[in-house]
Amino acid sequence: MGIRVEHLTKRFGSFVAVQDVSLEIRSGELSALLGPSGGGKSTILRIISGLEAADEGHVIIDEQSVDHLHARARNIGFVFQHYALFRHMTVAQNIGFGLEVRKVPAEARRTRVADLVALLGLQGLEERLPSQLSGGQRQRVAVARALAPEPKVLLLDEPFSAVDAQVREELRRWLRRLHDDLHVTSIFVTHDQAEAFSVADRVFIINEGRLEQAGTPLEVLDDPATEFVARFLGEVNVYDGRVRDGFLRVGPIEVAASGVADGTPMRMILRAYDLKLWREEPGVGVVRRVLLLGDRVKVEAVLDGAGPLFAQFPRRSSLLKGIEPGCRIAVEVSTARLYPLPAGSPGTP
Amino acid sequence: MPDARPDAFRTRWLPRRVALLALVVAWMALLLLIPLGSLAVGVVQFGPLAVLRQIGEAGGWPALGRTVVVAIASVVLNGVFGVAGAIYLVRHRFWGRRLLDMLVDLPLAVSPVMTGLAFILVFGRGGLAEPLLEALGWKITFAMPSLVLATVFVTLPFVLREVSHVLVELGIDEEAAAATLGASASQTFWRITVPNIRHGLTYGSTLTLARALGEFGAVLVVGGAIKGRTDTATTFIFTAVDERHEPAAYGMALILAALSMAFLVLLERLKKRRTREA
Amino acid sequence: MAGLVRAVRQAPGGISPAVLRPGPLGVVGRGLFASWLSVLVAIPLVVLAWHGLRGGPEGVVHALRLPYAWEALTLTIWTSAVTAVLNAIMGTATAWVLVRYRFPGRALLSMLVDLPLAIPTLVAGLMIVNLFGPQTPVGAWFKGLGLPIAFAVPGIVLALLFINLPFVVRSVEPVLLDLDPAEEEAAVTLGARTWTTLRRILLPPLAPAIAGGTLQGFARALAEFGSIVVVSGNIPGKTLTSPVFIYGEVEAGRADVAAAVSVVLLAIAIGLQPAVRWLNRLAGARHA
Repeated sequence: MGIRVEHLTKRFGSFVAVQDVSLEIRSGELSALLGPSGGGKSTILRIISGLEAADEGHVIIDEQSVDHLHARARNIGFVFQHYALFRHMTVAQNIGFGLEVRKVPAEARRTRVADLVALLGLQGLEERLPSQLSGGQRQRVAVARALAPEPKVLLLDEPFSAVDAQVREELRRWLRRLHDDLHVTSIFVTHDQAEAFSVADRVFIINEGRLEQAGTPLEVLDDPATEFVARFLGEVNVYDGRVRDGFLRVGPIEVAASGVADGTPMRMILRAYDLKLWREEPGVGVVRRVLLLGDRVKVEAVLDGAGPLFAQFPRRSSLLKGIEPGCRIAVEVSTARLYPLPAGSPGTP
Repeated sequence: MPDARPDAFRTRWLPRRVALLALVVAWMALLLLIPLGSLAVGVVQFGPLAVLRQIGEAGGWPALGRTVVVAIASVVLNGVFGVAGAIYLVRHRFWGRRLLDMLVDLPLAVSPVMTGLAFILVFGRGGLAEPLLEALGWKITFAMPSLVLATVFVTLPFVLREVSHVLVELGIDEEAAAATLGASASQTFWRITVPNIRHGLTYGSTLTLARALGEFGAVLVVGGAIKGRTDTATTFIFTAVDERHEPAAYGMALILAALSMAFLVLLERLKKRRTREA
Repeated sequence: MAGLVRAVRQAPGGISPAVLRPGPLGVVGRGLFASWLSVLVAIPLVVLAWHGLRGGPEGVVHALRLPYAWEALTLTIWTSAVTAVLNAIMGTATAWVLVRYRFPGRALLSMLVDLPLAIPTLVAGLMIVNLFGPQTPVGAWFKGLGLPIAFAVPGIVLALLFINLPFVVRSVEPVLLDLDPAEEEAAVTLGARTWTTLRRILLPPLAPAIAGGTLQGFARALAEFGSIVVVSGNIPGKTLTSPVFIYGEVEAGRADVAAAVSVVLLAIAIGLQPAVRWLNRLAGARHA
């Protein structure tokens, strides 16, 4: 049940929410629409589901255009961000609703509900009302409800944003396992990069209504196609400068810019974990602060002639030996990417 | 909400929605707008000047004046007792609180004529309080005091409930903070409580005023609508219809309707201000 | 006047947390307030009830057996019930339109809903007579059809429809506002048609609010006097309602009969209060 979206455009008044987006989700894959809030990912999902109608473009599910089909006829499962469980119905009734609507006989309905309850770990909760469940439980009921009518496609709109961080981790793993068991083509929307990367087979990065890049998590991380993608995924250091003699130099950092004309203004994007630094005199910079972020450490430094630099290391990294505010450091960059300077940016330092 | 959808606030006008809206508008027009409009038309047909003259001749202006006086008295009395009562019922705990609370709602369940009857049975001739009233030389029924009593009864819950609601929403935090800072009970009341309930009080008082203006059944029974003494704007309309002074009746009715609409607009504005500060 | 309807909703006396200890002035004031309420409300109503029940239940029955008393009571009850139910349907529709749609004039419509609560009921009756009286073209036409409006039962129905218009609307509105439209979308994605969504998803949360508003409207209509006395023509046995009957008895000096019938109406109205309170609580306390 592959899903294809072709040249989708959606406007709300004068605001363009989705701009000529085309993407393809392969059958049985778990894909993520990743991007900042308000970027259009939920709108795309809703258009696929039929809850929203596109102004231009087509939605094709399983090689058949569904543009003319109402949401209730598309046989898709939708899991809402805030669960949208039917408040006055029990867990069992919620899960069975889609089957009731399809006039599935009571016996068969009961069996299917029981199967789903077992599959999603909801045993003992069947007679409870949504108000009596925790956030994680509610979300699992929402998924069970969506899966009950055996949809061709499962769509999840920021499914884990409304639960605690702890529960979120568990739910992500659980969703991945569920997908591995069921192999229903699934798309979920998230603004959390870690979530997309840890769960999805493929990632589609959406920003301001446009598709920035599509690929596996590894592809997107190691080979960001645009500056936005590079900046969106993880903490980055940004330096602007002009190419000279085939290199872009900012302070002590030098990156090869092959094939670029001299004098071209360019922007360097350097990931916080794509570099090494260690204590050294006289060094090329000085440490300002060292922050403990749980299992990682963030070092804020200032490079001579370049400006602020942020670096991240695992806590136990040997590189951190002797690093403290005020000490001098040397820096080695493993990967940096160059992008053309966006029009209208302030020029070289 | 992620992806805030401006579209959510623009209605897609499917045919069935247009039909529903049309049905509702037609219903409201039939029951409300058209009758209201016809009243205005009727007065215009009689000739506004003739209407005003006839109202004067039939003694309408003193009656209207009396209504205003009674209404203001009700607002003042219910303002004081309403605020006090709200505080006692919401912030205090005492034996009989539930009972008093139920009493406050009763006037809404009682038909106006029954109210009038009840007051006559207590304050009228042969009534419960007769000996006391005679001793004091007070005349209540068929006199102004009864009009005030009846109107206060009928409008009792409004200020009290509005202020109660505000007090419950506000909670005691501010008052507790004042206490820790050394404020006395009266200082807390005047400088913390009163400013906070200001809007609820205004809203409730406007409700009271509007309702008092329109009170009919109770004042009719308890006052007797004695011309020049206990007739109000509403009883004036009633007797004017009876005596076939249609222009006077419709004229006064239009005046009251216009006043009510003015109050309605005022209430809508107050409602918005009240929900904004919540 | 919208507060009128809301006021009854909040009836249970306050859910205030801890309490600041009242001083002696507070205690005295409390006593004054209690006396005020007693003199103004409790005593008159108790006296009324006493007078009405002076002859015992037989006295009440005797009062109801008087000419036209029983007819008045049944007329009052069925017209109030019919109009309350009609306004339950239209009130829900109106609340729906006000909450879910955006259109020019929406604020005006919302304001108009409160009109019956602001306008003197007498004036309402006058408006109906003015529009549908036998002397007007519209009224004469209806009369010609054998369905006179003013000075006949249809006039009473019209007046009561006006009177209890706001109750269901104001009762349903807040509940509608609280509903999560995502639940309806979920139902759609699960394959439900409009009617199913209405019945299974929307109606259950709204039902207590609709019922509560309907009962309130019914109680209000039972007590209606001002508009009816103008519109109905007060024809005994045909268009005489109980409140008008009571008025007649008071004017005729038969206070005890008036009190007896009053007790019956009062019993119904007060009897409905707990149900209304319970329904309002149900309507308000829906959520997680």
